[in-house]
Amino acid sequence: MTVTEAPPAPGPVEPVVHKQSVRRKLVPYWLLLPGILWLVVFFALPMVYQASTSVQTGSLEEGFSVTWHFQTYWDALTEYYPQFLRSVLYAGTATILCLLLGYPLAYLIAFRAGRWRNLLLVVVIAPFFTSFLIRTLAWKTILADGGPVVDVLGSVGFLDVTSWLGMTEGNRLLATPLAVVCGLTYNFLPFMILPLYTSLERIDPRLHEAAGDLYAKPSTIFRKVTFPLSMPGVVSGTLLTFIPASGDYVNAELLGSTDTKMVGNVIQSQFLRVLDYPTAAALSFILMAVVLIMVTVYIRRAGTEDLV
Amino acid sequence: MEHNEPDRLSAAQMAAVRRSLANGRGALSRRSLLRASGVGALAAGGAGILSGCGIPPAKREAGAAASSDYSDQEKLINFSNWTEYIDISEDEKSHPTLVEFNKRTGIKVKYTEDINDNVEFFGKIQPQLAAGQDTGRDLINVTDWLAARMIRLGWVQKLDASLLPHAYANLSPQFRSPDWDPGRAYSYPWTGIPAVIAYNIKATRGRKVDSVTQLLDDPTLKGRVSFLTEMRDTVGLTLLDMGKDPAKVNDADYDAAINRLQKGVDKKQIRRFTGNDYTSDLDKGDIAACVAWAGDLIQLQVDNPDIRFSIPAAGYMTATDNLLVPAHARHQKNATRLIDYYYELPVAAQLAAYINYVTPVAGVASELAKIDPELAKNPLIIPDEAMAAKSHSFRSLSSKEETAYEEKFAKLIGA
Repeated sequence: MTVTEAPPAPGPVEPVVHKQSVRRKLVPYWLLLPGILWLVVFFALPMVYQASTSVQTGSLEEGFSVTWHFQTYWDALTEYYPQFLRSVLYAGTATILCLLLGYPLAYLIAFRAGRWRNLLLVVVIAPFFTSFLIRTLAWKTILADGGPVVDVLGSVGFLDVTSWLGMTEGNRLLATPLAVVCGLTYNFLPFMILPLYTSLERIDPRLHEAAGDLYAKPSTIFRKVTFPLSMPGVVSGTLLTFIPASGDYVNAELLGSTDTKMVGNVIQSQFLRVLDYPTAAALSFILMAVVLIMVTVYIRRAGTEDLV
Repeated sequence: MEHNEPDRLSAAQMAAVRRSLANGRGALSRRSLLRASGVGALAAGGAGILSGCGIPPAKREAGAAASSDYSDQEKLINFSNWTEYIDISEDEKSHPTLVEFNKRTGIKVKYTEDINDNVEFFGKIQPQLAAGQDTGRDLINVTDWLAARMIRLGWVQKLDASLLPHAYANLSPQFRSPDWDPGRAYSYPWTGIPAVIAYNIKATRGRKVDSVTQLLDDPTLKGRVSFLTEMRDTVGLTLLDMGKDPAKVNDADYDAAINRLQKGVDKKQIRRFTGNDYTSDLDKGDIAACVAWAGDLIQLQVDNPDIRFSIPAAGYMTATDNLLVPAHARHQKNATRLIDYYYELPVAAQLAAYINYVTPVAGVASELAKIDPELAKNPLIIPDEAMAAKSHSFRSLSSKEETAYEEKFAKLIGA
């Protein structure tokens, strides 16, 4: 800045102007630089490294070298497709449950909470001041075999139904698919509520009045006005829930059993326990591809021009 | 965002623009051609970059682990240990045995509790050790199979026997010569960790559980049994139950044990495979009986008298956690002196009284009795002869076997 503020040189003025405009043009790039560097170092390079690892063969002792062994991908997919399907199924179910639970709550906070609004928002976020792990472990106490939740659900016959559906096991909740889905739903609920809230809160209440004036029933107002306008929140909320949930392994590890393991568990175990780095890398790439494809299809269908 | 150019177009206009780009003649525009060729170039370049990567052999030559020792200049030891695995003062601010060591030698011990899990800890230090760099740690404490792997990879310093008089004299015969470190050239055990059977007598309605067969077959325990994710403990106990010796395990025996456990999983007898988190399940009674680590049981029993343990007639597994000096550590001599210090009888007793695992130090009973006579009689801390005779350990595995066995075990536990 010191240069530009200096008194103009006595010579021709044009070059200075030129210099200034070049400088000005470069400013955005300078501003982008930290972000780009960050992405290159912590995203692009690891991706390249991981891509390379996935086509290597070898062992820890003898080292791994690139042999373009694409077979690893096929092997990983045929060996672990049940875990992939489970990841998609559990994450999908958790996302739907989050939406069903989160939408009314976000709606309430946005339109009906009045002066309680901020307090309610804090209450939604408050549990997240403790660690992910502790919260998941707390669910083990909540869902414990002799605990009140299991007692109540058991006595009203809910557990018989879920057990018949294969979602629970006998008279217990822990170490069953339902427990994993519950854990996922709970852990990702705020990621659904907050985007929903922001997009609902932006809706002008006068639109509701106008719709009412045009003789729309409350259900019609919701269907034709509120819900379409909250679509950006729905889409970003479902993405923020589904993507991390499909890669999660903590819930399946702590609340699940052997037959509820998700693909995250396989990646962790291949990487740390079996020390088969290529398979772990290939599994990560497959997971990324699966999620990317599903998300792309979803966004195309949902139509989200003003998502961001 | 609202003032951006595209937003001024109506939805229909946007759709038209998009259609023209996707299906119309505009589909094959100069831009898309350029983009395609760019991707091609990127792919070609990417292939070059990819093949340039690779992970170098982890194995180091013998002797490569040695490095210059700064013990005399820097009176310091960086000691990495598991959480809650050392004595602690009343005010919970210091570790009396380490304070005493510092008083006596002037060496300051920087004690860090950064080991929670063997496989994760290995993942953490592996990049540095594989690259032949200092991990910043002078002394680490890992379970025997990981110690064996690290010794096999040449990532550990040989210990100077002349600095270890107490350790040499007092090491309990049971731990003297594991097949992965004969004569203890690289490692000394911190504790022995028996894996036995535990049960919650309230949850089993007064039944005693004392064999793996019962864990796997007793219908009253269905869905309330857990085994450990530590492969050698779970498979080892199963092998013993089948009359096989884990110290001489071969592929056929191993597969048979895995099959046996798999049946338990398939018929939903086994609820989960767990790490340390079985303790709360057992305490609550969600798990009626399980394979458990003895040290945990002593602590659980203090709060819950319903927790019982049994030593299977077929025998039980004892693993060890071992002190190692990693390659390129700066303070090898100091670290070795600390190992020896923990083999002095009063110090060993003080440690055993606090952490409640099997002490690897022989002759510690009388010292321990001075602190707490009850503990000195507890076979889970100082095994009596009858119990020690039933202790077994898992054979050390080659790199290939280890990968194959872990893979089979990973399948068993669901991932």
